[in-house]
Amino acid sequence: MTVIVTEGLSKRFPLGTDRAQRGGVTALDRLTVDIAPGVTGLIGSNGAGKSTLIKILLGLSPASEGRACVLGMDVATAGGPIRERVGYMPEHDCLPPDVSATEFVVHMARMSGLPPTAARERTADTLRHVGLYEERYRPIGGYSTGMRQRVKLAQALVHDPRLVLLDEPTNGLDPAGRDEMLGLIRRIHREFGISVLVTSHLLGELERTCDHVVVIDGGRLLRSSATSDFTRTTTTVAVEVTDTDRHPDGTTALRTALTAAGVGLRTDGAEPGTSHLLLIDVADDSTYDTVRDTVAGLGLGLVRMEQRRHRIAEVFHPREAEAEAGLQAKPQDAGLRTGLPADPQDERPQKGGGRDAV
Amino acid sequence: MPSETPLAPGDRRAGDPAKIHDIGYRSYDGDRLGRRHARRSLFAHSLRGAYGLGRSAKSKVLPMLLFGVMCLPAGIMVAIAVVTKAGELPVEYPRYALHLQGVISLFLAAQAPQAVSRDLRFRTVPLYFSRPIERADYVSAKFAALSAALFVLTAAPVVVLYAGALLAELDVADQSAGFGQGLVSAALLSLLFAGIGLVIAALTPRRGFGVAAVIAVLTVSFGAVSAVQAIAFEQDNGGLVTWLGLFSPVTLIDGVQTAFLGASTSFPGGKGPDTAAGCVYLLVVLALIAGSYAALMRRYRKAGL
Repeated sequence: MTVIVTEGLSKRFPLGTDRAQRGGVTALDRLTVDIAPGVTGLIGSNGAGKSTLIKILLGLSPASEGRACVLGMDVATAGGPIRERVGYMPEHDCLPPDVSATEFVVHMARMSGLPPTAARERTADTLRHVGLYEERYRPIGGYSTGMRQRVKLAQALVHDPRLVLLDEPTNGLDPAGRDEMLGLIRRIHREFGISVLVTSHLLGELERTCDHVVVIDGGRLLRSSATSDFTRTTTTVAVEVTDTDRHPDGTTALRTALTAAGVGLRTDGAEPGTSHLLLIDVADDSTYDTVRDTVAGLGLGLVRMEQRRHRIAEVFHPREAEAEAGLQAKPQDAGLRTGLPADPQDERPQKGGGRDAV
Repeated sequence: MPSETPLAPGDRRAGDPAKIHDIGYRSYDGDRLGRRHARRSLFAHSLRGAYGLGRSAKSKVLPMLLFGVMCLPAGIMVAIAVVTKAGELPVEYPRYALHLQGVISLFLAAQAPQAVSRDLRFRTVPLYFSRPIERADYVSAKFAALSAALFVLTAAPVVVLYAGALLAELDVADQSAGFGQGLVSAALLSLLFAGIGLVIAALTPRRGFGVAAVIAVLTVSFGAVSAVQAIAFEQDNGGLVTWLGLFSPVTLIDGVQTAFLGASTSFPGGKGPDTAAGCVYLLVVLALIAGSYAALMRRYRKAGL
């Protein structure tokens, strides 16, 4: 049983719909994916076609070519029935400020076809599940970003859909807010039994949340595999050590010792001002032990040892390509790499999103 | 699915009584009433919203005030008619609304943007289109809701007049005919004004612009038409007076009800349209209503995407 199937799905915007693009633009290019129940991450950089795909799946935008089925229904012919059983959380703000969360979510429940009494009951339940309590009676205008995201999530869940499509749900949240949202997404599947398709441009934050990850770029399928495959190949640990009298340059000493111990060190991908950080490729759990023992053996103080979150750029550049790029030291490649901040909180929220024109 | 929800660490809040009663997620197996129910809900929500019901106390003030202002003169007229035992009401049923066109314009200017600009401004429109409704459902629900709100505003004083006329023991058959004509006129006016107001308001997500634009279109067109009509009348060009009335919503309704609904006209010199010209008036009104609907459909073609 699959929740989403697409076959050769293409979407081209014809000439003239987008002033910036002469000669039309291809948002999706013969995309064929098969998404099973569970939590699935849809990853791509801005403009990769994530939002376009969601709109086609909701039956709001006809595909130029190919076909897609959601919950076994064809998007071209069964848009209404699909939208009755699918929830959608847009990435942009979509809440009127002058009504309370309860009023808004009740209204949205009725718009999904729920009778008035059921709409009220489901609203109370859903708001509680997403973590909105007394504040749900206050106007939304006074809510924090985290609370707004919860209301947006609640309106997507209120009609007990079988599948929810979440477009960048962690956008604009601080690290704690992100973790709470990701935990909530996990619960949607585990406890509520609802399948989830969640989009993001950060692979790292979805690794821990999703069962399966689909990566698209330029409208084409780049990769579709279980999350564990990604984690295995992409784990990197950043290590920072102190200097001691015996080793005035602790970082260099550790680098030498680790290389001798056969641990893979990354030479590329260093960011400006982080020369004191060693980036270590983790082959398996024993690597952590090796690092710990080596640091202890040298008598250095371990300042930090943290798992680096991986970015979409690393999926685009497999290891071989990276090595090559490192040898040739292409300036624009280095620029691309350093231009992407490692810490997800530095990521600016994606404004609007292409053709969301309203 | 577990019946007891284990508390996730992120959910635990000290002293929050709501969590004690957490009985886990309950799925919904009840009715899903689908598209028609959704459309009806949107209609009811928008109609209530036009009078500020289900919204903050502040947003009730203006519509309720205008509703009161609209009905007050009718109440006074009725009181006078009853007390003085006058043989007839001081105003024809269909003409009552036109005398208070300023109030109707204000109501439309305030509530048309409330009906559509808000959804555009706060980008709620994509949420509606992610529901089982289609574009036509959204547009027709909003159109019907604002028309109904205007109809309540314009028909209520007509009802007051009719009730007063019956209390004053005026001729029932005569008054009922006039009452019927008044309701038809109110319905036509509501549809026409709602269409024009919604099209203007849907052009901009900014509420202020919408308010100003609706007022401007209604009052400027009426002012311009009246002025040019007066000039044409001074120059004894009666035909021109009649045809000029086609160019503003208020004079359009005036023309239609002069020709078909037994009302006398406010055109200079009483030069309202005859039946033939009245047909043109009626056609223009119907075309404008249909055109507004088509324009709104076109406006929302991209909005769900």
